[in-house]
Amino acid sequence: MMPLPENHLHYPHRRHGMDQSLYDWRPSGERTPINWPGGKALAAMIVVPVEWHRLSPQGKPFRHPGAMVTPWPDLRHYTTRDYGNRVGVFRLLDALAAAGVKATFPVNATLLERAQPLIEAITDADHEIAAYGLEADRIHWSGLEAGEEERWIGETREAFANAGLNPRVWMSPARQQSFNTLKLIAEHGFDVCLDWEQDSVPVPMRTPSGEVTAVPLYNELDDRTLLVDRRQSEDEWADQILEAARLMISETPRTGGQVLSFSLTPYVSGQPFRMHAVRRVLEALAGNDGVWSASASEIASAAR
Amino acid sequence: MMTADPNLYDYWPYRDRPKIVWPGEKKLAFWIAPNIEFYEFDPPVNPKRPGWPRPAPDVVGYSQRDWGNRVGHWRLMELMDKYALRGSVSLNVALCQHHPEIIEACVARDWEFFSHGIYNTRYSYEMDEAQERAVIEDSIRTVQDATGQRIRGYLAPALTHTPRTMDLIAEYDFWYTCDLFQDDQPQPLKTRSGKLVSMPYSLEVNDVITYGALAMTPTRYADVLKRHFDQLLAEGAQSGTVMCIPLHAYLVSQPHRIGPFEEALKYIAAHKDEVWFATAAEIAGHFRENYWDQSLADIEARGCKRAGTGFDDAAA
Repeated sequence: MMPLPENHLHYPHRRHGMDQSLYDWRPSGERTPINWPGGKALAAMIVVPVEWHRLSPQGKPFRHPGAMVTPWPDLRHYTTRDYGNRVGVFRLLDALAAAGVKATFPVNATLLERAQPLIEAITDADHEIAAYGLEADRIHWSGLEAGEEERWIGETREAFANAGLNPRVWMSPARQQSFNTLKLIAEHGFDVCLDWEQDSVPVPMRTPSGEVTAVPLYNELDDRTLLVDRRQSEDEWADQILEAARLMISETPRTGGQVLSFSLTPYVSGQPFRMHAVRRVLEALAGNDGVWSASASEIASAAR
Repeated sequence: MMTADPNLYDYWPYRDRPKIVWPGEKKLAFWIAPNIEFYEFDPPVNPKRPGWPRPAPDVVGYSQRDWGNRVGHWRLMELMDKYALRGSVSLNVALCQHHPEIIEACVARDWEFFSHGIYNTRYSYEMDEAQERAVIEDSIRTVQDATGQRIRGYLAPALTHTPRTMDLIAEYDFWYTCDLFQDDQPQPLKTRSGKLVSMPYSLEVNDVITYGALAMTPTRYADVLKRHFDQLLAEGAQSGTVMCIPLHAYLVSQPHRIGPFEEALKYIAAHKDEVWFATAAEIAGHFRENYWDQSLADIEARGCKRAGTGFDDAAA
């Protein structure tokens, strides 16, 4: 039997710090404490991903969470996802308005025209719109052919411009990147990204085309993962978000301001039977004097 | 070509729709869909999906479903009688031959029937048009012969469809389909002919999903149903909503589950002043008569109308 090639015992990046040059190593104790506006202890970033799941996904290099499941035509999953964009998201908008909380809405470019009344409702309520790639089934990854990713990002930028929008925040479909994604989004005018979560505060990322601020979005509080994949109850989900807020506020004297972030996926948390828990979370955050509820770009700017 | 966008309906934002008021000034139309199904012992295997998760005979799966027919439905019927609730039966029509006793009991209660295919172990995948027409014609004829009812609703067996399904049932003068889950209000569908309504079937609170995929305990399911109802009832003041509880007796009628389920049913049934307890055909009929044109006009006025009909690839 052939042994492993020699490079398996060769460690070219074995040194202090990170094994890549996108950002520097910095343990939490060495951070310059952040003071959020108004002296708040915790910045809360609520992310409402607005996704279009096509009936015929290629699923490359993997199926986006929420993609079709059964043989084509999977009308069951197509329409349950679409429910979020037609009905659920308006419940979330109502709950955000009732609590007086601003959120960030990453939107797949393909929905800008298709769901134009929704885009107006989001901007009328003064929420932030982020670019979320072309659609759920256009996943950015290192196996794309040369030029493909740049073309997608250019088309996404153009679609937003055609809709009269100029977002500075980017989130990749499925939060998947290639080795070039950060550089390419920076070239196309995005300077805030929601794909990374390496710290509990925003982190500056270096690219040859300028700096991009990574605002952390916690995968471990993702509503679809907790409520659907892990089958947790709505109350358990809500309790975890509020516990995270409590803990991070209690840490502030020694850590400075941190970020609490979580997703409200319209087809998941916008279900009628889940709205009581959504309202409880939003009301508790809005009623907490230590919490600054802010959009992704507000948080990125305040951290710079 | 595999269409990316079914184009069976247009985008329609939930907010600021023209108002629906259900008969008697009610805010919420509520209906119950007992799925009365027959799963075959040894079905032919569809190329896209086997009839059973295990090799036939899947003895536990088969016999649990038979338990639903022998024990479960009768228990559920008694419970629904107690709260004077009628069912709209999602029927595998071969049940008319296998178990006419169940059909007679439903007819005696003035329940509605709609087609859920011939057997739940026969899927629509790979059917040609003639085959799909044969299933629809068989459904109409079989229920007509057994009950005198002309069926007006459809739910494809095991939620398996072809691109033609909606056009065909619309052509056969069906009034509604339960196959699409994009809304909590009815909406006109874009078919080549006919007047087909998308009827909310509330798949997320279907007992198969809640007990199975979401692993809910009986008390949690009851709580979820009450919460679901409360939210849709409150929203119904703006414009009438629809809530369905899709049920399978082989699941909900289990002795450890039906007690907590009754609590939810009792809670809902107590809201008589605000809720229209109806069958799916009654809801679809009322919508077609009173709100069809207003819905289409609003979709157009809001710039959401797109060309074409379902699966015609006008939207490609």
